[in-house]
Formats: sequence, structure tokens, C-alpha cells
Amino acid sequence: MHIFAVAEHRKGELAPISFELLNLANSIKGSGKSNAIVISKSTTAFAGQLAKYADKVWAIEDEAFENYNPESYIDAIFEMLRGREPALLLIGDTSFGREFAPCLAVKLSAPVQTDVVGVDLSDGVNISRYISQGKVMIDMKLRKSMFYVLTVRQKVFKNGPEVRGNIEVVKAKNTIVPKRRFVKYIEPEVGEVDISKEDVLVTVGRGIGDFSKMKIVEELAKLIGGVVAGSRPIIDYGWLPKDRQVGISGKVVNPKLYLGLGVSGASQHVMGMNGSELIIAINKNPEAPIFEVAHYCVIGNILEIVPAIINKLG
Amino acid sequence: MNIIVLVKHAFVSEFRPGIRADGKALEKKKLVYEMNDWDRYALEEAIKLKEQKGAEVLVVSVGEDCENTLRQCFALGADRAIKIPFDSIDSWQIAEVISGVIKTEKFNLILAGFQSQDLNNALVGPILAGMLNLPYATAVTSITFEDDEIRVRRELEAGFQEEDTLPLPCLLTVQTGINKPRYAPVKGILKAKTKEIKEVSAKPTSSTFEVKKLHFPAIKKANIIEGLSEEVSTKLIAILKDRGLL
Repeated sequence: MHIFAVAEHRKGELAPISFELLNLANSIKGSGKSNAIVISKSTTAFAGQLAKYADKVWAIEDEAFENYNPESYIDAIFEMLRGREPALLLIGDTSFGREFAPCLAVKLSAPVQTDVVGVDLSDGVNISRYISQGKVMIDMKLRKSMFYVLTVRQKVFKNGPEVRGNIEVVKAKNTIVPKRRFVKYIEPEVGEVDISKEDVLVTVGRGIGDFSKMKIVEELAKLIGGVVAGSRPIIDYGWLPKDRQVGISGKVVNPKLYLGLGVSGASQHVMGMNGSELIIAINKNPEAPIFEVAHYCVIGNILEIVPAIINKLG
Repeated sequence: MNIIVLVKHAFVSEFRPGIRADGKALEKKKLVYEMNDWDRYALEEAIKLKEQKGAEVLVVSVGEDCENTLRQCFALGADRAIKIPFDSIDSWQIAEVISGVIKTEKFNLILAGFQSQDLNNALVGPILAGMLNLPYATAVTSITFEDDEIRVRRELEAGFQEEDTLPLPCLLTVQTGINKPRYAPVKGILKAKTKEIKEVSAKPTSSTFEVKKLHFPAIKKANIIEGLSEEVSTKLIAILKDRGLL
């Protein structure tokens, strides 16, 4: 079966997931071919980079593809794939892929799965993904079909060999006028601290319980020369500003010390901090996924441990 | 205006659920269910629109045991509720039964949570948009009405957002943090008990996958520190000193 990986780019740069998808494609293609699809106003530079890792690059070029739009992307990919079945589509599990992949699957009448972390094509299309916020893994076999659509978790398939393929430029007939219109990108708000540049981050999660407890976290951060950051729920509650959010949708951080207080470790958070030099996580739940990436796993109550540390340092 | 909100009676994912002995499903009896966190934000957005512009809010839920969540929606201000008594973990089938049932309903806007807290698929919304051929946007962080279109912002990576406009009718899945979901007023809770939940059965086509096995991923813990806070805090300070961080 041929594998098609849809490249992702924003503001003139290919996202790393584009190459991760090709690594996965090359490892499962068997006697099939790995194909990259890149859709843009101008594809030459992208296609050149992708061709290193794909047997073939399909460059779909049209003025209309200046900015991502799910309707025009779906239409372009659908037209390109027509008659090329059976095919497996790999798309990044990102704000981009998670949006258009399911709807593309409907158009292709294809089984679709998101946030995939494993693919096995030895006997049909078998995939693995997590459910229950990373606490359970499900292995499943997809119904036999002409097309399959998967969105693939970032940073899972980081390594793979070069392939060096050909580039085929497809002048896409952009036949549709999308109903949804792109207006603009909005830059992140800039606060007084840039958590991605700090050496010590004290990161608070839902486990802190209530707002009044944020005081002790501030106090601890001050004592160890760090800055307070938060996981998504803390930002949603309005307890910390958006620019303090650690995670894929917030900021990717690599501090010398990441101290997690009551952070459970949702995948989008972990992908934003697992490059930290030293990770210490305190959580009362021994099954918290954050412990998978922590160098020191403290199973206990932050509301007792944090005051005890403050007491000794203060 | 008519708004449909899709809500899920979802299990709480904070602690590890049990797996049935045959490895094909979770042990349902031990799970604790509540209204899906993301859907609370979707419903709040609908109730806000109802208050600002006047709208009828219809909530739709799929599942044999979803009454409590639908009652909660009534308490929060929903006008009507449809229960589709069908259990499946296949998002395609869920979208399929919803699409069948709401075809006879009038709507200008469909709102749903970005994903469910239990299965984390983020599929039902965009699959349904595809089945109904509706324009849509996912992970929406703000919604503004302008004449005959809707202006949204959606969450991208690294703090970036994207602004788009969509005509009505359309479907939006909302991200947490878009608003501050309210608590149900006592009067609402009492009234919710007597409101009618319409039950509509629907049959989907066959499943898009077969479960092979559920299993627990091995959480490899590097160094475990446990004990009294007194000892734990001393150990942590020693680690920080050793690393030159104190």
C-alpha cells in the first residue's frame, strides 16, 4: 500500500512533524512507496526538503493555498488521491491536522483515527493510541477500506533514514470557493516574563486545588530563583496569564529545572517540557503520566511538601 | 436563532480505569461519569448567545446513560434535550447517529467541545461537519456574531491563533478557557427534574474498527521519592543543591 504524508508548514517553514510522518511512512511502506504531499502557494523549497525523505513528493501549487483552509485542503487532497487507492494517509496530530483530517476521511469514506502512536500494516491496518488521558492504550484494527486516514502524535517518529525521491508538481485545479475565510494570524501576547528563557520553572497544575494556594507556589519560586508557569487548566481558570502556559499550544520550555506541582501530564503539556534538563514532578497520583518523563517522581501531597520546603529554605 | 449543542456523558479520566478481563473494553461499572469538560464550555457559549441574542438551545447526547448530563444542561439553561440511546466508542458511528437525528431539526449553529475527556478523539465534531457538509472550525477560543456571519479565533501552536469568518449554518468545536462556565442555579436544578428528554433511537452502519486489546502503558518511573513531607522536602533540597540549583 502507498503511504501519503501531508506536510505541514506555517510562515514559510516546514514543521518537524512533516519529516516525522515520512519516517513513519518509510518504516511501514513495505513494497509500497512513501509520498509527501505539500500544498502551498509556492512549493519549490518545501518539495526539495521533503524529497530527501520521500520516494515521491507531490507538490500542489495554487495562489489559493497561501493560507491553510480546511475546505480547499480537503478538496485538493481528495482530487490528488482519486484513483490512487488503496492508500494510507498520515497527517500531523496538530491544530491543522486534527481539524481537516476527520472531514477529509468523510469525503474518502475512510476509517479515521487521531493521535496515533503506533501503526502496523502486517495484517490489515492496525493502530495504537491512548485513551483516558494517556492512562490506557488501545490497539485496534481498522475496517478494510480503500483509504485510511490517521493523525499521528508529534515527536514519536523522530528518526529515520534519507530516501531521496522525485518531485512531481501537480498544478492543482482549485475548483472550490471555501465558505470559511481566513482573516489573519494573531501573534501570542507578550508578557513581562518569557518562560521559554527561564532557567527554573515552578509549574502548577490542577492538583493545586484552589486559587488561594497559588501564594505558596509564588513563595517557593522566589526562594529557588524561579518563575511560576502553569498547565492548561490553570490558564483556563485565569489563575495565570496565557503567556505562562507550558505545552504545545502555549510555550515549549527546556529549563535547567522543571518542578511540576500537581501537573498530571497531558500529552500536549509533556511535549512542551520533556526536553528540560532536570524534571521533578510532585503528584499524589502514582499513575500520573508526568512520571513517565520525570527524573524524580515524588508521590505525595504538594500542599504538605511545598510548605515543608519553604520552611527549610526560608 | 437555533443552536444545537452536542454533549457527552463522559467518564472521569483522573485515575486509571480498570480493563475488562477479556481486554476488549474498560470496566464500565467502576467508571465515574460527568458532563464532558469541553462540552461545559460549548454549552456556556450557547447560553451566553441565548441571553444576548435570544436563541433556542437544543442539547443532543448519545449514550444509554446520558440523562444526568442532559438534566444538568437543562439546569444550566438548555431548552430542549434529545437522548440517542446508543453506546459506542466509535466516533464515526456517533457522528452518524447524530447526523440522522438532527436532520429534522432547525439549526443555525452546532457547538461541541473540542474533544472528550475520556477518549480524547476530537472526531465527532469535524466528522459531523463533513457528513452534513457544513463549514466548520475546531479548537475555537472566541466567537463573535457579525450580521450574517460568524468571526472566530482558533487555537494554533505556540500561543498563536488564527482568525476566520464562517457563514451560518456552521459547526464549531470550542476549546476550554473560551469562557467561564457558570454553576447551575438552584431554581434551574429543580426545574430540570421535570423537563422532558426526548428519546430518539438511531442505527448506525457497521463499526469503523475492531478493538484488539486494551492495556496499560508501562509508566517507567526513574527515581521514586515517597514518605513523610519532612523527609521528602529534605531529599528534594539535597537534589537541588547537588545540581547547583540552590
